Amino acid sequence: MSVIVDKDTKLVVSGLTGREGRFHGLRNRDYGTDLVAGVTPGKGGEEVDGVPVFDKISEAVTERGANTSMIFVPARFASSAIDEAIEAGVHTVIAITEHVPVHDMQKAYWKAREAGVRLIGPNCPGVLSPGKANVGIIPAQFFDAGKIGVVSKSGTLTYQIGNELKQAGLGNSSIVGIGGDPIVGSDFIDILDLYEADPETELIVMVGEIGGDAEERAAEHIAASISKPVVAYIAGFTAPPGKQMGHAGAIISGSSGTAEAKKTALEAKGVAVGKSPTETAQLAVEVLGQQSA
Amino acid sequence: MDLLEYQGKQLFARHDVAVPSGKVAQEVEQAVAAAEEIGYPCAIKAQVLIGGRGKAGGIKIAKNADEAREAAEAIIGMDISGPRGEGPFRVDQVWIEGGSDIESEYYASVILDRSEKKTLVMLSTTGGMNVEEIAEKDPEALVRRHVDPNGEFGVSEATELVEAAGVPADHVPATADLLVKLHAAYEAEDATLIEVNPLVVTKSGEIVALDSKVTIDPSALFRHPELEELSSAMHDDPQEAMAAERGLTYVKLDGDIGILGNGAGLCMSTLDVVAQAGGSPANFLDAGGGSKAEAIVDALEVISSDPKVKAILFNIFGGITRCDEVAGGIIEASKKVGLEVPLVVRLDGTNSEEGLAMLADAGLEDLHVEGTMLGAAAKVVELAEAGS
Repeated sequence: MSVIVDKDTKLVVSGLTGREGRFHGLRNRDYGTDLVAGVTPGKGGEEVDGVPVFDKISEAVTERGANTSMIFVPARFASSAIDEAIEAGVHTVIAITEHVPVHDMQKAYWKAREAGVRLIGPNCPGVLSPGKANVGIIPAQFFDAGKIGVVSKSGTLTYQIGNELKQAGLGNSSIVGIGGDPIVGSDFIDILDLYEADPETELIVMVGEIGGDAEERAAEHIAASISKPVVAYIAGFTAPPGKQMGHAGAIISGSSGTAEAKKTALEAKGVAVGKSPTETAQLAVEVLGQQSA
Repeated sequence: MDLLEYQGKQLFARHDVAVPSGKVAQEVEQAVAAAEEIGYPCAIKAQVLIGGRGKAGGIKIAKNADEAREAAEAIIGMDISGPRGEGPFRVDQVWIEGGSDIESEYYASVILDRSEKKTLVMLSTTGGMNVEEIAEKDPEALVRRHVDPNGEFGVSEATELVEAAGVPADHVPATADLLVKLHAAYEAEDATLIEVNPLVVTKSGEIVALDSKVTIDPSALFRHPELEELSSAMHDDPQEAMAAERGLTYVKLDGDIGILGNGAGLCMSTLDVVAQAGGSPANFLDAGGGSKAEAIVDALEVISSDPKVKAILFNIFGGITRCDEVAGGIIEASKKVGLEVPLVVRLDGTNSEEGLAMLADAGLEDLHVEGTMLGAAAKVVELAEAGS
């Protein structure tokens, strides 16, 4: 098992005819993801390396059975592509696009919730289930199949931790990048629930950063509803207040959203928090060792 | 993107929210002329992006031209620090506005509630304090209402809120009308925060925004060309301005170790491990997820232009980014920039072997290659200390 993407994923990529969309879409196919279609308005009937392109996502759903959509279009068109995917009837939408206006995302969030569609991102690296499917830009070579479910706001930080786990001989059920924007389609708690229900996942590694209170709410949720061990890492202890640290959502507002507050909230609920990516991977190794002992 | 008080008030005026009339000035003479035109008493207010300006001496009332001159001389060019240690910010403009006949002071705001994914409208009849103080001292007095994501925030929703906040009956319609307009401005301008503190009721019963705090979503600036223009003029710091020009994500900090990482999360984490190793980062610089050689050259130029920097750390974990591209950028940049401080490089991930071989062949002076992130942090701290 794994979460969100697997061998049943039938992927349609909005923006497959663009430079980035093509590069990553075809990389996902090379990994073994079932890439069934691309969508670019006005380019219906074309092909990208043998993959049929449609004008609309609904055509990819009816004609090719697409059930998962990846959004790779420029930011100003992203929310309408998300809307279109939701209306077309896919069950999962994974939005990679960065710099989507937050008001647009707020509307997309509620639209997806009401339609019962799982929305991941935006501004995220996507989802990888090692050995099964890769949807997004996660470099698969740093991750092996295994027992650890990873959920993260950050791409490269996840690769760093994943690589350290791999060197320690550990692999992953899935790696889910939820994105670093102020409003994302799925939060930590949504993904924690998926890992809790996934029989293959034995440990969850959660990678957070400054801004908002998703980590604090995750701490409450872990105490109430997650039985599997969770190890966490938080980035941004040295971030000054009021400055946006790269990700749109990574900002300390007044006195809230600090790394210290997040670490304290998680530790109060019994979650081990690593000081560095390296220590976090070591903690995961220790906890899994104790589990199997 | 945060707006200065007067820019926020200009935005309010575009949405029919009443604000005192005023003028902006950069020079003392200009400020005095503005005060003469506006009349006395008038307020002379430092335009900086922090709270607590009044307590820091950045707001003064003038009753005549001499006082206006004295106030402008004191405020223009002063350095103001925020209550949480933000800044200091140099004041290079003041806003001069007419006095208001205040009967009572309220607090009003429209913000993005990230937790609930909804817009939150708040009102309190206890104005003048900051919202955290109100929430702490008198939580009942702060009335909060989420806007239904499928609904609207119209007169009836606003009236319910205003009545719940205990606004006297004769001011209810005008206050509700103002909240509707603030919410409309929030929606139309892609704001993530609009705060008015104080919002005043004048003796003639008018509702006037006496201050403004406005944050605009930078990702939505393409829809607001007039705000985009303001944003380009907003970088006081030379490195921040240089980075913005080159499309790099850079934040100035006050230490002496220059840092570059690829990806925001890894970059933040790099700052943290350098601090844990006893060092003090000079900046945050995310070279981006797909960093190319050209971006590396730009980044190194920006970092090394900061005279405080005594050593530089490049922490790259190549995913999409190829380490050989990064190595090429480092070699090119060292030739072009003529680095005067040691550079520690940690390259791991995609094509790291090729990248490391390129660096070894180039034989750059004062380049230190480290195998791990923690090792690289320790090394750069050691080199920065040796250089100070």
